[in-house]
Amino acid sequence: MSRGTVHPEPVATGRALAHDSARKHVSGDALYVDDHPPLARQYHACIGTSPIAHGTLDFMDLAPVHNAPGVVDVITANDIPGSVDIGPVFPGDPLFAERTIEYLGQPLFAVAATSQKLARQAATLALVRTTEAEPVLDLDMAIAREFHVRPPHRMQRGDVPYNLEHAVHRIRGVMRVGGQEHFYLEGQVSLAIPGEDGGMTVHTSCQNPTETQKLVAQVLDLPMNHVDVVTRRMGGGFGGKETQGAAWSCIAAVLASRTGIAVTCRLSRRDDMIMTGKRHNFRNDYDVGFDDSGRITAIRYRLAGQCGYSPDLSDAIVDRAMFHCDNAYYLPHVMIDGLRCKTHTASNTAFRGFGGPQGMIAMETVIDEIAFSLGKDPLEVRKTNFYNTSDRNLTPYHQAIGHFNIPEIIGQLEETCDYRNRREAIRRFNASSPILKKGLALTPVKFGISFTVTHLNQAGALVHVYTDGSIHLNHGGTEMGQGLMIKVAQIVAEEFKVPTERIVVSATRTDKIPNTSPTAASAGTDLNGMAALNAARKIRSRLVEFLSDRYKVPQREIAFTAQGVRTGDRTLGFEEVVRQAWLGRVSLSATGHYKTPGIHYDRETASGHPFFYFANGAAASEVVIDTLTGEHRLLRTDIIHDAGASINPAVDVGQIEGGFIQGLGWLTSEELKWDPSGKLLSDSPATYKIPAIGDTPPVFNVRILENRPNEEATVYRSKAVGEPPLMLAISAWCAIRDAIGAATDHSTFPKLNAPATPEEVLRVIREIRRPS
Amino acid sequence: MIRFVLNSERIDLEMDRADLTVLEYLRERRHLKGTKEGCASGDCGACTAVLAEVEGAALVYRNFNSCITFAGSLHGKQLITVEHLAQGGRLHPVQQAMVDHHGSQCGFCTPGFVMSLFCLYKFPRPASASRDAETCREFLAGNLCRCTGYRPILDAAHQVINDPQQDHLDRASQLTIEQLSEIGTCCHQAGGFYLPDNAQQLARLKHDMPDARLLAGGTDLALEVTQQLKDLGKLIYLGNVRELTEVRETDEEIEIGAATTLVRLDELLGATYPELSALLKRFGSRQIRNVATVGGNLANGSPIGDLAPVFMALDARITLQGTGGLRTLPMDGFFRAYRKTALRDDEFILSVTISRPPEAGQLKVYKVSKRIDDDISTVCLACLITLRDGRIGRCRLAFGGMAEKTERARNTEHALAGNRLDASTINLARAALSRDFQPISDVRASARYRLQVAGNLLERMQLELSGCEFPIRIGSL
Repeated sequence: MSRGTVHPEPVATGRALAHDSARKHVSGDALYVDDHPPLARQYHACIGTSPIAHGTLDFMDLAPVHNAPGVVDVITANDIPGSVDIGPVFPGDPLFAERTIEYLGQPLFAVAATSQKLARQAATLALVRTTEAEPVLDLDMAIAREFHVRPPHRMQRGDVPYNLEHAVHRIRGVMRVGGQEHFYLEGQVSLAIPGEDGGMTVHTSCQNPTETQKLVAQVLDLPMNHVDVVTRRMGGGFGGKETQGAAWSCIAAVLASRTGIAVTCRLSRRDDMIMTGKRHNFRNDYDVGFDDSGRITAIRYRLAGQCGYSPDLSDAIVDRAMFHCDNAYYLPHVMIDGLRCKTHTASNTAFRGFGGPQGMIAMETVIDEIAFSLGKDPLEVRKTNFYNTSDRNLTPYHQAIGHFNIPEIIGQLEETCDYRNRREAIRRFNASSPILKKGLALTPVKFGISFTVTHLNQAGALVHVYTDGSIHLNHGGTEMGQGLMIKVAQIVAEEFKVPTERIVVSATRTDKIPNTSPTAASAGTDLNGMAALNAARKIRSRLVEFLSDRYKVPQREIAFTAQGVRTGDRTLGFEEVVRQAWLGRVSLSATGHYKTPGIHYDRETASGHPFFYFANGAAASEVVIDTLTGEHRLLRTDIIHDAGASINPAVDVGQIEGGFIQGLGWLTSEELKWDPSGKLLSDSPATYKIPAIGDTPPVFNVRILENRPNEEATVYRSKAVGEPPLMLAISAWCAIRDAIGAATDHSTFPKLNAPATPEEVLRVIREIRRPS
Repeated sequence: MIRFVLNSERIDLEMDRADLTVLEYLRERRHLKGTKEGCASGDCGACTAVLAEVEGAALVYRNFNSCITFAGSLHGKQLITVEHLAQGGRLHPVQQAMVDHHGSQCGFCTPGFVMSLFCLYKFPRPASASRDAETCREFLAGNLCRCTGYRPILDAAHQVINDPQQDHLDRASQLTIEQLSEIGTCCHQAGGFYLPDNAQQLARLKHDMPDARLLAGGTDLALEVTQQLKDLGKLIYLGNVRELTEVRETDEEIEIGAATTLVRLDELLGATYPELSALLKRFGSRQIRNVATVGGNLANGSPIGDLAPVFMALDARITLQGTGGLRTLPMDGFFRAYRKTALRDDEFILSVTISRPPEAGQLKVYKVSKRIDDDISTVCLACLITLRDGRIGRCRLAFGGMAEKTERARNTEHALAGNRLDASTINLARAALSRDFQPISDVRASARYRLQVAGNLLERMQLELSGCEFPIRIGSL
């Protein structure tokens, strides 16, 4: 190879580097919003909420709140200088209810006081008079009444009625899947600091600084350039701080603007759980036709998501459920109706997977039921129905599958997890174990990557190289623990072939990177990594051009290497190059931008190419259930997941394992319950159980699919990895059903809903065993 | 004045409020922001800090939830926070292990995990390495992480227990012990926080201040402050009362002081009653068990307090002290109604007494909950049962979670006693159960589930006692 065209070994990408904040995390030095160094004067906000689910707000006597110790200000909807509605896409989310009350826990007013405790005590003192109306609290009732936050949407291909009618076998069924509380360890929090010209700087734990900037400007009736929003890091987000992190910034900003003093609005855990929306629960109805081999010939779905009181992001979320109710399977004739049902509950919102998991679990239920009805191993039916890339490659939304590595993943996993032998061992165990029963399931995940709202697929970045060779990096993505900052730093370090320690990534700020998209849809690295790469390349090409001129060396003979910048026969240190370039009056700062190519979706025709590519994976899970109590435990999980050419395998494995366990919680132990008046009962970690350390399976083998770089031109051929692994947990839920089947002699298909709590497992067993 | 050591600094704290929590003290008064608030209810562990106390000639380290611990109870102890572990820019081995294993993602729960790992690191390693996994889980079950899925944290835990080294806290321990002995335990009052050191003082305080609340571990009482936003006024701390912290053992019985912590209770009774020990390891979290007490759990009168059914099954006696002197009640006479006990206004619990050697019989304990670790029981059954020639002799059955208070299942006991231990007897007992209990539906489970499971637990007990050949408990796999 000639000297000028050498592609040096990667120095930063592909390495399992620690999270950039790891040392700060373990030493307590990582600062979250509420850890901000104390300001000379600072007030604390608390929010007063509706005691009823639906009705009208007739009168509020806030004098007792005003007169409570430490109180400095109280605001209602009437006190908002600008727009009261902060709906992110469609209107419908008032910062405070004005007349109509739409859920129990809806904000009615806010109080600022000299301490958080005083603010919280004062907020309980309001006298609120309301007139109750009959609320709709139940998804079935909303479906029956066609009570929607947005109109239904349909996707279809082929002739479903004819092919269902003429199917060899046909099954109709219903499955329900519960919602999920985000339970980010750091609750919602914002700190608003008033500045000059009525302006405001807001430090907030949110996934969408630009949206927060826009909404704070709107409620204060200011242009956006008067508001700076800063997000250094979140103590977890998971979608719960995509749109629903904004209200607290708006409230803090209004109070700060009125008092001229900084205001923190930090929700208590209970307030957070009551006021903010969750993952949508769904009722999924299916009607499927299939042949003797278990191959699906036609299917009709109705996916109904419970959206709560307002649209929020529900249109896109129910769409994504529809986009994923094929999972990895070709559906020759298909019709999918998606309903956005309204209830008088908190507005359900983004949560890792964004509706995709709720659609995918319907498909896996269908596959299990087909296998059950034919007496086949579900894995065989899965394989029978897989997409291919030739004649069975068209999705229900008419995007062709160009690359499909699920069969390869499944093949590898089936072997490495020893599926066949374990299936047999489990059969033997169950034959001699009347009380405890084991179950096994191996399920795939195919998850579409890109925002389905096309314009969100863009990002910006800003790279500064300083004269000492140190590099400052900013981009529009926010850090919520997913390791975005280290991955993007690795990408920039790779461009300059410098160690990542040379790069500092600071807080995401709207005054540095404007007009950003939320850090969501798993697209953080894909978008921001590319934008940062674009900025770094601009600077690098300026340096190459400069060196070429200065040393009279052709540009192709200049290469950045780990040893320095090879320039013809000499190698210059990076610092030296930078210093010389500065003296040569070369700009060492650049912005970068990126937009995902080739994606589009037409909602009118329900067709297009909404996804740049698909992220894939598969998991095999083995469970044991206790047929006396319904309790169960995950014994072993094996995962192979496709992260493309991983930029940071340690970070990616962390996303895979963490996503899996979060999905496991959603499907097994996390149960949301309301009382008949619409009051959330599971409003604390004492009553809402996310997985604890004992829930991690004792055998947990996680592997990234090797040597499969992304076929699409993503950043370093990596793949998005934030959301897809959550759906690997469907394997554990299907394994529980398999075990219930064993406990009931495979006599009836177990109509298991999610979450499969001990009570749900025992219910299904009881219903099957009940003498008819 | 409350005197304690914060990391290495001697603190003399004026108490302006008796109900100041340790977390408030750290974050708001000391601006030590490494310790986080995740839930303010002792469920998530983000606020975990460590208390060191002198026992014998050494320091014993215990993790606890700073969000639901009152600052007054720090008196005479060393409070260790995450800021103290790294020294001179060098991470503590438990911190380094978390970095090396990629044990943090968002990082918010991480300081709490680090502090629990620190206690695990300081804990004498069990004799059998096969118990390592259990020990790691026991120490970390009270720390929730929403990001990692725990695997890397478990790897870090296994690494640190396999590689103990002397750390700077060991090197400073003599100094710390001296600092603590200078403080002594004698501090009878600070603001509205009272610290009697014997039962007589306690009785007098209780008599003189009928409105003062008794504080043991405070893991439930503190929720009145952090969740219900109450101001508690005066608190009388029981942790220094000699008679309440003593354990008196004779050949016939063991008398356990009411302020004995649950961790200590496990040390005392775990070997005799392995099923109680197993229950205790799932009782709250290690953070809770380090401070929560026997008396606190009983005085609370919760229908799902897990100790009550066990003590009822063991026919324990509870001794109360008041202005009129002592009185002793059988455990099943102590609970009167939902959160109502036989305690009179002037009384406190002195001790619980269990006969020993245990009367011939086996103690069986079953706890059913939605999550394995750190979850409140949906149903808890404790039973002491004697068997002879396949027949049930005596049996005492008590259930938590089935009624407004923990209660004996007397009809069920009657259905079992004297009969053969077989399926038909269990069917009769099942029928009797529905005469004993009409459970309620709540956030944890429906009434129907509770009743079905209660009956099924009797079936499990029958199968286990009959020596069935097949596996019967998930935990045994």
